[in-house]
Amino acid sequence: MLIELKDVCYTYGTGTVYEVSALDHINLQIGEGEFIGIIGHTGSGKSTLIQHFNGLLKPTSGQVLFEGKDIWEEDYDLRSLRTHVGLVFQYPENQLFETDVLKDVMFGPKNQGLSEEDCRARAHEALSQVGIPEDLYGASPFDLSGGQKRRVALAGVLAMDPEVLILDEPTAGLDPGGRDELLREIRFLRDKRGITVLLVTHSMEDVAQYAKRLLVIDNGKIAFDGAPKRVFSHYKELEKMGLAAPQITYIMHALKERGLDVDLRATTVEEAKRSILLALSQRASEGR
Amino acid sequence: MGEISLGQYYPTNSILHRLDPRVKFIGTIVYIVSLFLVSGPVGYLCAALALFALVLLSKVPFRFILKSMKPIFFILIVTMLFNLFLTPGEELAHFLIFRITREGLVLALRMGIRLALLVMGSSIMTLTTTPNALTDGMERLFSPLKLIKVPVHEISMMMSIALRFIPILTEETDKIKKAQIARGADFDSGGLIKRLKSMIPLLVPLFVSAFRRANDLAMAMEARCYHGGTGRTQMKPLTYAKKDYCAYLITALFLALAIIFRVKGW
Amino acid sequence: MPSIIKARGLGFDYVKYTDESENAERVTAIREIDLTVEKGTFIAILGHNGSGKSTLAKHINALLVPTSGTMWVDGIDTAKEQDLWKVRQKAGMVFQNPDNQIIGTVVDEDVGFGPENLGIPTKDIWSRVDDALSKVGMLGFRDRSPNHLSGGQKQRVAIAGVVAMHPECIVLDEPTAMLDPNGRREVIEVIRELNQREGVTVILITHYMEEVTYADHVYVMDAGQVVMEGTPREIFAQAERLKELRLSVPQVTELAYELKKAGADLPDGVLTIDELVDALAPRSEQYADRA
Repeated sequence: MLIELKDVCYTYGTGTVYEVSALDHINLQIGEGEFIGIIGHTGSGKSTLIQHFNGLLKPTSGQVLFEGKDIWEEDYDLRSLRTHVGLVFQYPENQLFETDVLKDVMFGPKNQGLSEEDCRARAHEALSQVGIPEDLYGASPFDLSGGQKRRVALAGVLAMDPEVLILDEPTAGLDPGGRDELLREIRFLRDKRGITVLLVTHSMEDVAQYAKRLLVIDNGKIAFDGAPKRVFSHYKELEKMGLAAPQITYIMHALKERGLDVDLRATTVEEAKRSILLALSQRASEGR
Repeated sequence: MGEISLGQYYPTNSILHRLDPRVKFIGTIVYIVSLFLVSGPVGYLCAALALFALVLLSKVPFRFILKSMKPIFFILIVTMLFNLFLTPGEELAHFLIFRITREGLVLALRMGIRLALLVMGSSIMTLTTTPNALTDGMERLFSPLKLIKVPVHEISMMMSIALRFIPILTEETDKIKKAQIARGADFDSGGLIKRLKSMIPLLVPLFVSAFRRANDLAMAMEARCYHGGTGRTQMKPLTYAKKDYCAYLITALFLALAIIFRVKGW
Repeated sequence: MPSIIKARGLGFDYVKYTDESENAERVTAIREIDLTVEKGTFIAILGHNGSGKSTLAKHINALLVPTSGTMWVDGIDTAKEQDLWKVRQKAGMVFQNPDNQIIGTVVDEDVGFGPENLGIPTKDIWSRVDDALSKVGMLGFRDRSPNHLSGGQKQRVAIAGVVAMHPECIVLDEPTAMLDPNGRREVIEVIRELNQREGVTVILITHYMEEVTYADHVYVMDAGQVVMEGTPREIFAQAERLKELRLSVPQVTELAYELKKAGADLPDGVLTIDELVDALAPRSEQYADRA
């Protein structure tokens, strides 16, 4: 197992009046190469959860293991853990600080103690992977467009060559075109480089499109853990948590209720189209 | 979460909470002045009793008042020790190079009591007044300064905006710090120079963000027709009520008493 | 219906200085925009990031003044400096980032900020604030600090702050871009209610397609120009064109579009789930089957 959480609890403001339990006995295993979607409404504990994977937060109780080792053991090297588990925060462009794009992306590798040349090579690779053209390497990160800034920030984490990439709402504020491009690039990274991806998002549609496994966090607990299709079939329970299934799920259920024999597990436009066309042709042949 | 309590306001509904902030501000100044006017044990006892009465009136639990002492506790101890050991006079005891004199003991006690009463006294003001009300009160108190071209309205607007944005920027600092730690930044080790250098990845984004926010806010204020203090009305203008005049009277009496104590040397 | 906002040949250029070259560069943010908004309507302006839609929005509030063409708000030319505050009172503006537009440290004081600037007497400010807060459903939060509110609640406070100025129209510049789905829903509901119940003219700028379903009229912008215009149905019928413009259509519209392309008998520009379901499996047929 790559990452394992054993009975992890986390409480904010322990010992004060404002004591809030954010994570409540979380047990979780994450294998190599997985593409996991994490969904939960604001305040469900999902942001707290992802900060446990790279040791930014220390569990109040329970264990976090990376490759079988407890990361809170006495002499565990947390800084090196953070290069293995890359975390891209929400609006990551807010962390850019260097005078040019290339230098900013080199910040991570430099902290890893790599040579100037290696850092440069890593930065070049990361920037090309997120589709930043070379003529922008010398530009100030603050002069870029919103979408470009976001990519540079992502490259800044990728340049550390992590095995796990955690992204907290990476598409927030992007327009639909930018959103699709970024998600496709993330999927490409996973397919090409075998990076394990954890994607925190509010979009069920994105999860249906990209993730192989879906974690639903509610009230500090894991409410659902499974293939997106299976989780979406519980759409009524999801609604009670202030979430919703993709639009397609609702369409398929409504059609089924009206007597059209469609596949309820369809969650993407492509799947729904195939299933509906099939059902329509069946109905037509029966009618004759 | 991420919310620091500024000015440590304690929300409850007491007569002190309902007083006009101007009264509380002037009252606090008078209390502080009186602490330096009196010098005898009777005077301090009276000041302490007055403080005790105020705490009861404020309905703020006493531990919150004690909490205000925490940041100055160290200073208090150091001041007392300096006075205790370094004042020349009639020797009471000594060990090694330290000598304790009668004068030192008296001075240390006096300084300690003064400082403690001063901090607790002003904390009653901050505990019972929202930072915003305090800003409003000060704007009104200092408004005569407008005559000599002091931009009182602008200063007070700046203060209340700062009050609103400090918690936001604190939270933001925390976020950026975590983001850079996630990129392998190290804020905690190395010498002074290295540590200062390691702050750059934190400070640059923070400044950029603060400027962007300032820009956005200026635009939002303009969009809502803000054009300085001229022609502006107030939603919550400060008006004195009967209780405020009573409070002024009590304050004046207290000051008079302190002056009498001073003259008599009590 | 009288028009509240009218733009003719509107253009805005600005000068950009680059580090390397000394010579300044002229950038055209928007050009040749004609726009007529009738009183009481709900208008949506769509466009990808950088398409010029925010620049256009800032012209309605006179935060920017056109470098060519003219913008009129309720008949007032926004370029006339002496009428600046009148324009801003008539056309209120809500911005993207909820944190950066709330000025007050207490909710009701923030809502009162606009009326204070307008010089409204104290007593009337209070009734305006009460009224505005209840219209956005935030009356119960009046004594709270904005820092303790959710994103959707903060945006509703910002909207109340504009409503309290009694504007003719409200321009919302991507008010939901930084919100979660629940916050987005809250804000859109409030906007629709203001439009329908109070008759406030709404101009909503967004790139979330679901939000424009209820608009009376949609403008789509690209490269500083209006490139598409029509009812949501007319716009959504052109799913492929929208994709070229870095926009998307709601899943239900896309599915209907794909099905229609594959030969299914469907109307153009399906907007809601009910519409699609009714078209594919009509209610009557279901009863017929049972009979």
